[in-house]
Amino acid sequence: MARGQSAALDRKKLMADPIMMTTIVLLIAFLTLFILYPLAILLVDSLYGTNGLSMETFTRIFQMRTFRRSITNTLKVGFVVGIFSTLIGLLFAYVEVYVKMRKAVGGLFKVVSMLPVVSPPFVLSLSMIMLFGKAGLITRFVLGIYDNNIYGYWGIVIVQTLTFFPVCYMMLKGLLKNIDPSMEEASRDMGASRWKVFTTVTLPLLLPGLGNAFLVTFIESIADFANPMIIGGSYDTLATTIYLQITGAMDKQGAAAMAVVLLCITLAMFAVQKYYLERKTAATLTGKASRARMLIEDKSVTVPLTVLCSLAALFVIMMYICVPIGALFPTWGYKFTPLTFKWFEQVFTKYRGLQAFRDSFVLSLIASPITALLSMIISYLVVKRKFKAKGFIEAVSILAMAVPGTVLGVGYIRGFANGLFHTGFLSGIYGTALILIIVFVVRSLPTGTRSGISALRQIDKSIEESAYDMGADSLKVFTSVTLPLIKDSFLSGLVTAFVRSITAISAIILLVTPSYLLITVQINEFAEKGAYSIACAFASILILITYGAVLLMNVVIKYFGTSRKTKEAE
Amino acid sequence: MADMRVKEPKGVKLDHISKIYKDPKTGKDFYAVHDVDLTIEPGTFVTLLGPSGCGKTTTLRMIAGFESPDEGEIYLGGEPINALTPNKRDTAMVFQSYALFPHYNVFDNVAYGLRLRKVPKEEIQRRVTEILALVELSGMEQRMTNQLSGGQQQRVALARALVVEPGVLLFDEPLSNLDAKLRVQMRTEIRRIQQALGITAIYVTHDQSEAMSISDNIILMKGGVIAQMGTPTEIYYRPNSEFVADFIGECNFLKGRISAVNPGEAVVNVNGHDVPVATEKAVKVGDEGEIVLRPEAIVIADEGLLPCKVELSCFMGSYQNYHVRVGDTLVKITDNCPINKKIFHVGDNACISFEKVCAHLL
Repeated sequence: MARGQSAALDRKKLMADPIMMTTIVLLIAFLTLFILYPLAILLVDSLYGTNGLSMETFTRIFQMRTFRRSITNTLKVGFVVGIFSTLIGLLFAYVEVYVKMRKAVGGLFKVVSMLPVVSPPFVLSLSMIMLFGKAGLITRFVLGIYDNNIYGYWGIVIVQTLTFFPVCYMMLKGLLKNIDPSMEEASRDMGASRWKVFTTVTLPLLLPGLGNAFLVTFIESIADFANPMIIGGSYDTLATTIYLQITGAMDKQGAAAMAVVLLCITLAMFAVQKYYLERKTAATLTGKASRARMLIEDKSVTVPLTVLCSLAALFVIMMYICVPIGALFPTWGYKFTPLTFKWFEQVFTKYRGLQAFRDSFVLSLIASPITALLSMIISYLVVKRKFKAKGFIEAVSILAMAVPGTVLGVGYIRGFANGLFHTGFLSGIYGTALILIIVFVVRSLPTGTRSGISALRQIDKSIEESAYDMGADSLKVFTSVTLPLIKDSFLSGLVTAFVRSITAISAIILLVTPSYLLITVQINEFAEKGAYSIACAFASILILITYGAVLLMNVVIKYFGTSRKTKEAE
Repeated sequence: MADMRVKEPKGVKLDHISKIYKDPKTGKDFYAVHDVDLTIEPGTFVTLLGPSGCGKTTTLRMIAGFESPDEGEIYLGGEPINALTPNKRDTAMVFQSYALFPHYNVFDNVAYGLRLRKVPKEEIQRRVTEILALVELSGMEQRMTNQLSGGQQQRVALARALVVEPGVLLFDEPLSNLDAKLRVQMRTEIRRIQQALGITAIYVTHDQSEAMSISDNIILMKGGVIAQMGTPTEIYYRPNSEFVADFIGECNFLKGRISAVNPGEAVVNVNGHDVPVATEKAVKVGDEGEIVLRPEAIVIADEGLLPCKVELSCFMGSYQNYHVRVGDTLVKITDNCPINKKIFHVGDNACISFEKVCAHLL
């Protein structure tokens, strides 16, 4: 029994389809050059020094006390943030799915889940300092504490928890909705109290999902650069240590080895999350809810839970609002009136704000359609076609999800500053806008691909097969059938890519050259200098831009999206 | 109608086709389709029939080009097409899920294939209008597909495949999503259109009554191989195995030993009673013989060939349903139009008999 003939025929059919063939080849080249190669060069560089192959560099960095401490710091923060985020996320998800609550509270929840998406990554750190720092509005003026130090461990933990718990909330909400209410009703019917139902039915079903949420946050926390940078103070995590190793100690080889260590940690977590927990989650929660759930109406349960969640939500919202308001005060912490626009003016008059916004805006605007299209093509190939290299394409795009921005940044420095494999070939792209755009694309590709894949899985495979069967070639099938059907997902991918690019910092801060001013890098710089008002002014304008982009997307989808068309028809 | 006949219906030849898959559980290779060898004449309606997993859909998808065969060659109109991609093959498929393009209206769905072929605009207009009239959807051109009922969607899918005048029309269980009544109506419709256009059609189904009512020829498959090929009548009355006999319709098996052989006939001794059966088979006295009997071919009466005892008697409206015991064997009988016949009750002794041409010797 040999499957040779079908393999040969499939190959022949692929060859007969030049567009498909070229796409696959180009895609493989892109993924290899801009994802695999930078990571590979890190490993090569840290193992292969002047004396040939040795563990010298690793020995050297592990002898540094600062580095060893940064590893324990990172893991400690990641673990605690993972637990807190999962618990708060679970509380929000449970209240939303199980408890009867007022519409306004639901609105609050929605805002809370949206905020981290449209905000630059370090907004919460800024407002944390402004509210609870030495000159903090709450610590000094409400509580009268004059020497509160929020820089360090607790600062990072609180800020990261507030930033990441909405992700857990959204994940767990989806899972809870998939639990068939009749299982819980059966347990209740047999005499279990609500608490017993939760601990014996709901929680065990949700357990793999909780583990999943925990690990996702853990990975996010480890990879986070902006928050530890601003609020970490002397409490260094791996991401900031690597950054300082390059910008401060100018030790690129050491940084490369550190990046390898960071990458190994995230990859290991990611492997567990992806190949163990995600599968288990899918296995326990496959069923669709058979009908609507009876919501909890008992006031002794609903009131405390709703109040608790609302307060938490309001707190988070206040943290976000604090940034634009902070930019309006004449001097934060000393002089609160009269409100002034002078910081916003200074952004443009003194600090070349216009150039910063233009550069960030234009680069992100170029990167986002490339990202959106690329991720749709990858999703299409992965979901709808079968060919040999598919496994490679899928694996590399998934791998990119687990790569922290800092690692990628160091990889690009080592990989492209002196050309490919330090030969000088292609070194021309280093320091140009091109490499910044590529970094933007690579950083947003995994999210886009993931949502593209789930959108395409919803489409019956035979719709495309039928177009193919009618005589359309691959390009025609993609443009006339696939793309129109996932227009909504494509549009939101476009905006997500734009928002992610314009708010990106971790990789880009290592690669940007003085010829380009990027907003996030500017904000980071001002925040580090303690110029919080100007940082807030920059951040507020950035939030306006990203929020505007999201609003625009919603309008476009509403009026031109596919869902509207099908809804109209109903 | 005459001008709408397909210019050139094509024949299909499967030359010892096999397809190997990997079993996801054991990781071992197995034949999903094994050594399928058949010829389909131009203009005929052929059904691939079988239980799920028998390889019928895989065979169809190999003809369409979505799967590649591991052994053998497929010919369409005499040309080998193994290496051709689906879009280069002169086939059009009607999918189980209809696979209509939800972002196009009815007209654009049907016109899709013609536009790909760069047919002039006026001709597209004319041909789409004609084909929509043929499937009785005139006036629905501007509807979106999700505004249509299941049956109407099915017609659009059919029209979309027909309008490009393919050499072969392929159907992948096209009626399985419709309710029972509509299914019967649509299969008559499909047969009518196929005959009107004179097109070659290959139809996959697991429903034997659908297969019998619609086909010129049935290819019954099991476990990747052809169990029997033939006209519906041949397969129904002259099955070559217990599997075929049982799959194609309700069936009784009576075992016995051949007691005499006459020209065109064999006499089988069942429980000590001689029963004549028409057969051309070369059998000899003393052989074991198994008689295949359809429930509607049996007559139950006070006198007859084989004595029996009634175990179930149930009024079903159009017929009386009996289960009777003949020796150790349970025999099912459907006695049509029972109102003017004697009704036997549970526990009654009776006899069954049948015409010898209605029985078949395995």
